[in-house]
Amino acid sequence: MFEIDELDRKIIVATQGGIPISIEPYKDVAKELEITEELLLKRLEILKDEGVVRRVALVPNHYKLGYTFNGMTVWQVKDESCNKVGEAFAALPFVSHCYKRKKYPGLWDYNIFAMIHGKNERECDEYLLQMKEICKEDLIVMETLYSSQILKKTGLRIKDR
Amino acid sequence: MQFDHIDAAILNTYQKGLELTTRPFLKLSKELNITEELIIERIQGYKDSRVISRFGPMYDVVRSGGAFLLCAIEVPLERFEEVTQMLNDVPEVAHNYKREHRFNMWFVLAVEEKEQIDKACKDIEELTGLKVFGFDKEVEYLVNLFLPVEATDV
Repeated sequence: MFEIDELDRKIIVATQGGIPISIEPYKDVAKELEITEELLLKRLEILKDEGVVRRVALVPNHYKLGYTFNGMTVWQVKDESCNKVGEAFAALPFVSHCYKRKKYPGLWDYNIFAMIHGKNERECDEYLLQMKEICKEDLIVMETLYSSQILKKTGLRIKDR
Repeated sequence: MQFDHIDAAILNTYQKGLELTTRPFLKLSKELNITEELIIERIQGYKDSRVISRFGPMYDVVRSGGAFLLCAIEVPLERFEEVTQMLNDVPEVAHNYKREHRFNMWFVLAVEEKEQIDKACKDIEELTGLKVFGFDKEVEYLVNLFLPVEATDV
């Protein structure tokens, strides 16, 4: 774990909602924080090395890019096969997130979660076939939960202190 | 929505990440033989038309002692809007999606200190009167969202 200090916190608070869309965006952020651009870039570099910053990037809206079928696929596979299946799913280009998660026996028996993204239902059906083929010997049952509406998407919000 | 080869280059390159340098758009502008101004104009356009939801650093709170938790609630249909509004006002709720299932509301809690997760769940249960199911992560196999954009002008 990385202990963030006061300056890191200030940087996070100032940038978590986004940075200016300008030719020199880091300079603009540094100016707002009343620090040098050099210092800001150095801190961001450290936070990136520590994994606190995943990357500085554009976050696309799936739907606007044409990815209207975003499915959370959930799989009940034999417990001893979880890692094998999870790792195989993780290698597929259309899977963005893949985890083993807690079960609620009798109520929710799925242990593997994988998010898939496609431009139409046919594309997703094809993806599901590939995934079923991968885990056919280990699969008990699976289901796909498509998102029908984004209700909120703000990302993380760290409080200013 | 239609994207030309400049859009495709911008969206594909910067989904993966911007460099930490004074002029992060310089390299791609040279490759595309366009100005940096044009790149930022396009990005501003994506923001205005909500093609992108964010532009900036993506933070992983887990690495600084925080936590994420995927949760689901079974919301009675007649209360769906009311509960959506309730969760929208909870700062720890980072995303919330409606899904077609008995568990019809799926959201992610994000907290700065992992000890705050249980309280956030309890608070939501009290607020809504509904049971919150937390799906703790046991193994992470992959986290890498990349949605390729294809140009329609080439």
